[in-house]
Amino acid sequence: MLAYLLRRLITSLIVVFGVSIGIFILLHAVYPSPARYVLGLRATQLDVDVWNKQNGYADPAITQYLRYMGHLLTGNLGFSYVENQSVWDLLKERTPRSVWLSGISLVFAILIAIPLGIFQAVKRNTVGDNVATSLAFITYSMPSFFLGLILIQVFAFSFPILGFEASQSNNVFVIMGDWKDMTLPVATLTLVSVAAYSRYMRSASMDVLAQDYIKVARAKGLPERLVMGRHLVRNASLPMVTLIGLSLPLLLAGNLITESLFNYPGLGLLFFTSLNKVDYPVMLAYTLAGAVLVVVGNLIADIALTVADPRIRLA
Amino acid sequence: MATQLQPLDIGRAPEGGEVGSVQSGLRLALREFASNRLALIGFAMLLFFVLFSWVGPLFYHTDQTTTVLGLANQAPTGSHLLGTDTNGFDVLGRMMKGGQAALEIGAFAALVAIVLGALIGSVAGLVGGLLDGFLMRITDVFLSVPLLFVVLIMAVRFGATVLSLSLLIGAFSWQVPARLVRGEVLTLRERDFVLAARTAGSSQTRLIWRHLLPNAFGVVIVNVTFQMVDAILLVSYVGFLGFGLHFPNVDWGDQLSGSIQYLEDGYWWQIFPVGACIVLTVMALNFIGDALRDAMDVRLRRR
Repeated sequence: MLAYLLRRLITSLIVVFGVSIGIFILLHAVYPSPARYVLGLRATQLDVDVWNKQNGYADPAITQYLRYMGHLLTGNLGFSYVENQSVWDLLKERTPRSVWLSGISLVFAILIAIPLGIFQAVKRNTVGDNVATSLAFITYSMPSFFLGLILIQVFAFSFPILGFEASQSNNVFVIMGDWKDMTLPVATLTLVSVAAYSRYMRSASMDVLAQDYIKVARAKGLPERLVMGRHLVRNASLPMVTLIGLSLPLLLAGNLITESLFNYPGLGLLFFTSLNKVDYPVMLAYTLAGAVLVVVGNLIADIALTVADPRIRLA
Repeated sequence: MATQLQPLDIGRAPEGGEVGSVQSGLRLALREFASNRLALIGFAMLLFFVLFSWVGPLFYHTDQTTTVLGLANQAPTGSHLLGTDTNGFDVLGRMMKGGQAALEIGAFAALVAIVLGALIGSVAGLVGGLLDGFLMRITDVFLSVPLLFVVLIMAVRFGATVLSLSLLIGAFSWQVPARLVRGEVLTLRERDFVLAARTAGSSQTRLIWRHLLPNAFGVVIVNVTFQMVDAILLVSYVGFLGFGLHFPNVDWGDQLSGSIQYLEDGYWWQIFPVGACIVLTVMALNFIGDALRDAMDVRLRRR
């Protein structure tokens, strides 16, 4: 198993390396230098060239890439001329908030989707299953912002119980306690995830229920709740492990939409603002972070599955 | 004694067995698909949206280019069935035009992704060896690119059009079809018909084109529907954030950008009908995709 892990780790590193080169080259081609922005539109081409040479933007792309990577290792993610701050400071300020939003949504989604999927499989084709499956299907087919809009309409305008703008506080603990403003953003992210997870959980549970060992367990006289709790949950949760690992990067993208909708000052809103202000260092850092998350998510999914499923480990 | 040759008895069924026409795998799958009720509903819904988007404007004339600010933000009336938006455009007319963009981008992006994927996958599967390994690593790299962010950055720099969005989405969505086609090719290339074709002197290209790809059709067609789903949803996200197709082009996501303001003002007709269009179109495609996948899966066949 250790050899497998090592191999996966090395492959992941190579992939991260490849993706980072690709993204860097892409962004570099689209936006060669911030000189125009810094010097103003009236600057002559000579001024721009001089500035580029002084700040390293005249070097070939590969050199710039290597320099960027070198800086990355020391924690320097570049400087945002638009916000007049280092990118690292900008990210540091906002990461706890986004991590809280994504984290709590993920936890709720798992807590809801696993029992829901099992329920759907056990009570297959009954009214409960059909209702749950239909709702999940509709939510799954919805863009997440539309779900957010519906929730806002119902819970913030038609029946003014909750707030429609997320907490603007700088203190993560205040945010955690502010259920009035945070419920809708968390609910939006959670429901979107639940829709996807419960679909998989349902089909995984149905597959498990058809297995022979379930029949054996029942034939042995095991009470139904133990059949469910001991055999069904553990085996049906295996595909979920992979799914959760793979949806880690999607949480970042989901963040973007939800934070824009609810005006929550996290990483997603930072990226959205950087798009509007054309702030490329931030865009580059965010996209690279997204790519790294994809690779890390895949790696975690693989490792977690290997740990959880002895059949893979010993194969 | 030598066996007497019996006259051919065409009109009579052989003893003990029913005679049915021999059906190819694809036709069986299509019959399976057609017997799935949800699939037919999905197909009908999709057809409705195609007609809605292209035939609708022929019957429901609206002006989508001149703004009439005096008529802005009106609730549904007789002349404007779903009201008007902030620029005075008729919302229903905008939805029809947006539907055109959504379906065009969905179809075209899926086409690009499938074509690229099939090419790369079949070459990787057939040639094998180092080229296969190299192409698969490239696939892994492309799989790790967060598509939403890249599309947004490109849209900021170059502006969004139907063509640019389709090409961009397609250029980053070929990885799954490539893997699927490669898998099929790996399975198929050991078959006798491939050996026969090779013996007959078939070139690699001919092998791919005439023998392997048609047999990989099943998995590919399932993936096409899901590619369309992903493309339509992605475009709606891009539009919602304000970077979609701009005036005079219309896009469903773009209609919903800034919608939090419309909610506050109570202009529900500017939000929920468009959103419903997106949801129903995606649902239709999901029905079709699920049904196709079940139809292709031989284990689920009733016989």
